Amino acid sequence: MAEKNDASPGAVIQTRWMEVAVGLLIALLGLLAVVDSHRVGAAWAEDGPQSGYFPNIIGWILIACGLWVAFQQARRWRQDGAKVFVTLQDFKPVLAMVLPTIGYVILIGLIGIYVSSIIFIAGFMLFQGKYRWLPTLLISVSVPVALFVLFEIWFLVPLPKGPVEHLLGY
Amino acid sequence: MKSSLRRTFVAAGLTVAVAASFPALAAWEPTKPVEFIVPAGTGGGADQMARFIQGVVAKNNLMKQPLIVVNKSGGAGAEGFLEVKNAKGDPNKIIITLSNLFTTPLATGVPFNWKDLTPVAMLALDEFVLWVNAESPYKTPADYMAAIKAADNGKYKMAGTGSKQEDQIITVAIDKATGKKLTYVPFKGGGDVAVQLVGKHVDSSVNNPIEAVAHWRAGALRPLCVFDTQPMAYTAKVTATQAWGDIPTCKSQGLDVEYLMLRGIFMPSGVTQDQVDFYVDLFKKVRATPEWKKFTEDGAFKNTFMTGKEFADWAAAAEKHHKQLMQEAGFIAK
Amino acid sequence: MEDIGNLMHGFAVALTWKNTVFMFVGILLGVLIGVLPGLGGANGIAILLPLTFSMPPTSAIIMLSCIYWGALFGGAITSVLFNIPGEPWSVATTFDGYPMAQKGRAGEALTAAFTSSFVGAFFAIVLITFLAPLVAKFALQFGPPEYFAIQFLTFASFVGMGREPPVKTIASMMIGFALAAVGIDTVTGTLRMTYGLPTLLQGFDFLIAVIGLFGLGEIFLTMEEGLSFKGKSGRIDPKVVLKTWAELPRYWATSLRSCVIGCWMGITPGGATPASFMSYGMARRFAKRKEKFGEGEIEGVVAPETAAHAAGTSALLPMLTLGIPGSPTAAVLLGGLLIWGLQPGPLLFVEKKDFVWGLIASMYLGNIVGLLVVLTTVPWWASILRIPFAIIAPIIVVICAIGAYTVHNNMFDVVMMVVFGVVGYVFKKLKYPLAPFVLALVLGDMAETAFRQSMLVSGGNVGVFWSNWLVGSIVTLGIVILLWPMMVALRERARGRPAGTGA
Repeated sequence: MAEKNDASPGAVIQTRWMEVAVGLLIALLGLLAVVDSHRVGAAWAEDGPQSGYFPNIIGWILIACGLWVAFQQARRWRQDGAKVFVTLQDFKPVLAMVLPTIGYVILIGLIGIYVSSIIFIAGFMLFQGKYRWLPTLLISVSVPVALFVLFEIWFLVPLPKGPVEHLLGY
Repeated sequence: MKSSLRRTFVAAGLTVAVAASFPALAAWEPTKPVEFIVPAGTGGGADQMARFIQGVVAKNNLMKQPLIVVNKSGGAGAEGFLEVKNAKGDPNKIIITLSNLFTTPLATGVPFNWKDLTPVAMLALDEFVLWVNAESPYKTPADYMAAIKAADNGKYKMAGTGSKQEDQIITVAIDKATGKKLTYVPFKGGGDVAVQLVGKHVDSSVNNPIEAVAHWRAGALRPLCVFDTQPMAYTAKVTATQAWGDIPTCKSQGLDVEYLMLRGIFMPSGVTQDQVDFYVDLFKKVRATPEWKKFTEDGAFKNTFMTGKEFADWAAAAEKHHKQLMQEAGFIAK
Repeated sequence: MEDIGNLMHGFAVALTWKNTVFMFVGILLGVLIGVLPGLGGANGIAILLPLTFSMPPTSAIIMLSCIYWGALFGGAITSVLFNIPGEPWSVATTFDGYPMAQKGRAGEALTAAFTSSFVGAFFAIVLITFLAPLVAKFALQFGPPEYFAIQFLTFASFVGMGREPPVKTIASMMIGFALAAVGIDTVTGTLRMTYGLPTLLQGFDFLIAVIGLFGLGEIFLTMEEGLSFKGKSGRIDPKVVLKTWAELPRYWATSLRSCVIGCWMGITPGGATPASFMSYGMARRFAKRKEKFGEGEIEGVVAPETAAHAAGTSALLPMLTLGIPGSPTAAVLLGGLLIWGLQPGPLLFVEKKDFVWGLIASMYLGNIVGLLVVLTTVPWWASILRIPFAIIAPIIVVICAIGAYTVHNNMFDVVMMVVFGVVGYVFKKLKYPLAPFVLALVLGDMAETAFRQSMLVSGGNVGVFWSNWLVGSIVTLGIVILLWPMMVALRERARGRPAGTGA
């Protein structure tokens, strides 16, 4: 998947950049672990390891692994110049999924999960699936309603709700 | 099959509706399902009590709206307490507490306090009993104390639930009484602790009665004493020869340690008196059921009921007591 | 034998008309609960508990335990179809189940999963029937060092040299361990790596990571490859069940091994989730075509499902005899017993014979009923794959979001799920393996706690891991298994041959 070589330059995300970025992020995560471990104590006390003992070791291994990945990639910077992580053309549909999903999660926080789900499913069906209004409406409303009955009424599992549900008395 | 199930639900709904058509006495009633938060994991003492209350309320139609038990155990219960603290003025949320109401903010520094909540009612107090394996030679607390005193520091192992919580507080108090250090080994739940003791991986535990009763009856564990001012009030025989009431107090046996754990109900702050009264009334009804009577007897709970100012005063005193105990034990977060 | 007589009596108790109906209801509800990641067996049982007060305890516990069986069966469905594990113990089922569905073999994968579940459970029930008291005594042998040994063995049997670069395998695993450590430290009660954020108090739940990494990550990948499931199966043959059954006996060795692993893990109690991982790891190690694992090997479905179900079933044994629940679901069942005035513990088998043998009989019946129910629905489940992606994708995202939210009833988890989704996408493209990540997240906290408890008990002496035959042999076995691939590789190199291909 990652080794497609046929894209025009400029319209791609190169694998080498991703490799380095992810490697550095992993190292950063390791650093976070190490720093906090020293706060809580990372030594081997007389009654066994302290709270931070294992996280500290894990942190250092993460730093080593992350830097090693980044370093390896830097060494092969030239050779890997043609490796493509994803072409812009392929990446557009991914963004078309990722961005609405992010929007959906924000919406859940604002207006509850059920109404957001209606909007999310309907939007996806209309813009990605090019469905007509009627089937879109039918599915996008019936699924959240079914979930509502299942979770809120049958199993009494409270999910995030917003003004619309409050109006209905939930 | 599904339709028969649905019928059950409809039937249940109808009963609730019928019950609700009678004029209600309280001025306020929940208008939507009430979240019953448990600041501990599933299967523990608080969880068992909450789920039991949920069952009793449903079975006796004590409330129009259902009670939903939600476990929020993260950060030694801090997750649940923060949730209630942040739900100011929401009358459809109640929380059952254990000692972590006092110990967690002290031990972790997570910012909450019982004063951020509205006290509703104390349901009961949970006792603590000193247990040893039935095959061990210790028949009385004095035997065990003598053995601890004669040995090196840390030779005897005490298992308990969680860290820097009630079980460890009692352990530190015993350390102080004997002058020797017990090795405290924390486990996730009270059930695990009892089994570790049965399996002889540790030397003693301070399990609540309900956590250890099955093993006591099976002859695997032996209670030495109860950490209370007077023996428990239950005189029905639990084993062939002993009742809960036959266990002596630790103080009478020369181990001057007392500890009781709160099982109480709190609400978010900013609720009206009407709303508090509804729940006080609800729990009065719960406590009047025969199921509750059997539940408290099985678990040898200390049946004390308090509400209002009396309860708030008790909580204030308990907080002070915990602060002192935790300070002495060095458990306060810096 | 007295046990047989008791069991027959139990069948008589369980096989009344009413109880059979309760069994069906329980199984159906359980499957539903298993399918939706937002509902756990604990939910279903806890919520139905109040409804069951009007029934006699035996009927009620039969219905409730059938929910448990149903949930065990149902967890596999979404793993196979959408790469989303409905329950934690079906994560390992996604490794080969999902690729099978991708190749149009969803029906086969589901049949294999359900049948294996049944075999595993059946094995465990037979064990419970005849060896209950003995097994309960064995479970008492397990203190902290033994627990740690079990975690170590699980870990050792799963970890091996994969096709991915070793440094990335290690990094992935370590990220899992690091995230597992976030939150409160059980042993000292201090907060770790929360950096003052209250949302991090509860730590990273394994289920949220899995829903994000596997479920969402897969949807993102699918989007990149165009709006359709690869190799979606056009027609569903109802005979697929029989065809798969004809093939399954070939894997009897894997099955038997997985049964043993499952029961062992259920009793000790390591739990169903580690059991499924361990079993998958062992199956891969012993398989003739190891390199095919992860690409849709039916054996890779058989192994984890058998073990998970065997473990899930045998976990009820320590609950009944010792009062320690092997899983959250079992914990809620335990609460139910208490409310009915049944005190779980060593005396339950003596004092409440009717109840215990009724329950054991219902385990046999419940699993048979369960198998019938789920097998008849195989074509139906498989046909879900025919729904166009533009409809099913947003619905999957919605269900993932619900699943993530319900773990802690927390919005932050939903946000984390999306983050894990992106991480899953990027990691998959950069060839970071996800399985070690997940395994480390599952085992990390438990293993560390057990290790430190052992150190407390032994006063900081590592020798405690060889202090008796039980713990010593488990640890030694773990080390051998961990080093075995390296020894094989060295030997082959010494003979002047190249090391095994890719495995």
